[in-house]
Amino acid sequence: MDESIISKYDEMLFTPGHRACPGCGASIAVRAILEATGPDVIVVSPTGCVETFTAQYPYSPWGVPWLHVLFENAAAVASGVEAALKKRGLADKVKVIVIGGDGGTHDIGLGALSGMMERGHNVTYICYDNEAYMNTGVQRSSATPMGASTMTSPAGTLAWGKEQPKKNLPAIALAHGIPYVATASIAFPKDLTRKVKQALAIKGPKYIEVHSPCPIGWGFDAAQTIEIARLAVQTGLVPLYEVSEDQPLQVRKLPKRVPVVEYLRLQRRFRHLFEAEGRQAYLNLIQAIADENVIRYKLGEQNSEIDQN
Amino acid sequence: MAHGKLSVMEGSMAIAQAIKACRPDVVSAYPITPQTHIIESLAQMVANGELDAEYIRADSEFSAASILAGASATGVRAYTASSSQGLLLMTEVIYYLARTRLPVVFTGANRQVTAPIGLQPDHQDTMSFRDAGIIELYVEDVQEAYDTHLQAFKIAEDHDVLLPVMVCVDGFVLTHVYEPVKTFEQADVDAFLPPYDPAHYMTPEKPMVFGSGTDDLNTMEFHYMNHQAVLRARDKIEAVAREYEAMFGHYHGGLIDTYATEDAEVILVAMGSVIGTLREAVDILRGEGVKVGLIKVRSFRPFPTEALKQAVGRAGAVAVFDRALSFGFQGVLATDVKTALYDAPHRPLVLGLMAGFGGREVNLDTVREIVQRARRALDAGRVPHEAEFIGLKTETLPQVFV
Repeated sequence: MDESIISKYDEMLFTPGHRACPGCGASIAVRAILEATGPDVIVVSPTGCVETFTAQYPYSPWGVPWLHVLFENAAAVASGVEAALKKRGLADKVKVIVIGGDGGTHDIGLGALSGMMERGHNVTYICYDNEAYMNTGVQRSSATPMGASTMTSPAGTLAWGKEQPKKNLPAIALAHGIPYVATASIAFPKDLTRKVKQALAIKGPKYIEVHSPCPIGWGFDAAQTIEIARLAVQTGLVPLYEVSEDQPLQVRKLPKRVPVVEYLRLQRRFRHLFEAEGRQAYLNLIQAIADENVIRYKLGEQNSEIDQN
Repeated sequence: MAHGKLSVMEGSMAIAQAIKACRPDVVSAYPITPQTHIIESLAQMVANGELDAEYIRADSEFSAASILAGASATGVRAYTASSSQGLLLMTEVIYYLARTRLPVVFTGANRQVTAPIGLQPDHQDTMSFRDAGIIELYVEDVQEAYDTHLQAFKIAEDHDVLLPVMVCVDGFVLTHVYEPVKTFEQADVDAFLPPYDPAHYMTPEKPMVFGSGTDDLNTMEFHYMNHQAVLRARDKIEAVAREYEAMFGHYHGGLIDTYATEDAEVILVAMGSVIGTLREAVDILRGEGVKVGLIKVRSFRPFPTEALKQAVGRAGAVAVFDRALSFGFQGVLATDVKTALYDAPHRPLVLGLMAGFGGREVNLDTVREIVQRARRALDAGRVPHEAEFIGLKTETLPQVFV
């Protein structure tokens, strides 16, 4: 192998050459997360997109130790890694984080995540939320938003996509009384890395949910990933906030909100809401979710206290 | 030779004493009968400062096994115990541990599998891991349970092996029984079992990937390597048993143990706590002039193919006690015994006998009936059914089954 190639990528924590799709939001999230952690970290990933596109033997883009066990147990595995680091006297030096998708977090891995949070492990759990089972071909998860058509919640003559709202996992995490919960978006990478650094500085369980659009599953041009992510935030559908023991609720304010239809109409998964007659009621329901977020998270007020990068 | 201390102790306490002496770094468990006394004893040892381990009370058996996967991959010694449904819930992780060569030690406190739900022992739970790629050792009494747990870590962590080991202990019959047990000083156990020296583990100093995906180009090679590792464990199990004997004076067999097999016409084959009953029965029947012998299968995986062939010798019939059934086929142990003896120099008749399910008693009368069946088969020159149910209460069955 060409030595210059080895040295060029030797210092990178997440190298190019992995198998993510063009425009993959999750891969952008991983790069930003590792920028925040630095090299002294052990990363645990459940089965999912990140696992699939980064870990095909004998190749690996990971410049940090990375452990994949199964789909539904990343938080438990991370608990064990943390316990072992304690026994080896490395608990203060080496951080433990999870990078997992919404299927492995909101659905099949929720029991293990709840256990990790309840036991109080010093683990930062980061969910890259692409709002469905993308790796298996776009099936509905409990993080899929209301109205989205997926392969298992398809729109049809009688159905208008997923009927239930997105599961509010940050609220479930908060209910465990853990010291830090945040939401972030790949459209705001500095905010994302700052939140990861903030979480790593706090001892105990932390939960961060990163909204990470998927061009294939959502149906938009791969060049638009960041724009889609930004619109999701600007509509109020994805409120960006953080809650810690010191500061009850810090939010990214939305001085000028964008109507949800401007976000929805760019994506194939919501196309049925615009094509058929009589679907305006559903669009109103989705707009109501955004309106409710504005009230619940106080997104509309001025004088934001957090960095507006 | 180490002297040890003889005391009367519950089986679960003896196992907990053995685990403490092995100095595990991480213990994680979830309660299930009849495993509970083991994990309660370990919790008390940690609470009293007698055991310096991270003890993680998991939210399920699945999480307990997953926690140990993370701990073992980070380079420390890890242990758990479970039973029945708990072991089945761990199944996915147990396959993973074997394939990633993480030498976690398990106690399988045997209990029947639901449904119907029940607490008593058979081997349906642990024998479901036949093809997981782990090592499974079955013990016959409390002393062997203590001794085999000390051996288990040494076998599991050997760099030629690096596989999970499950020590299978019949629930209640062994976990809740009080027997005289000789336990050994910490210094002697330390001399036998050195600290864990992981072959590879997660550290930022040398980043490494655990649990990659493979495709058609590499999967078979991983299978082959795992197969070879389990096969290599055959010599290691025997060697560790002999090393243990030299140091502590106890030998319960390596892959198998034999009893009165030399001139036997009928040989009983079994695993677990029933072996004690069978030894007594063999003595009594021998006193009556019946040429019967006994083979204890101690290692179910790796399977003792060559040892069985040799031990069976010229016996005409082999009667396998099975406490696990492959529904629609036959007893699980009988299947393997038949396979092992297929090309034996003197292939015997092999009877597959379902006995002891859900903790049903196996006593002298059971053994007499089995020996009679074996003799009838020898007279007839054939075995009537591939799976015979001993003591089946046909009067309680719906008419269609009778």
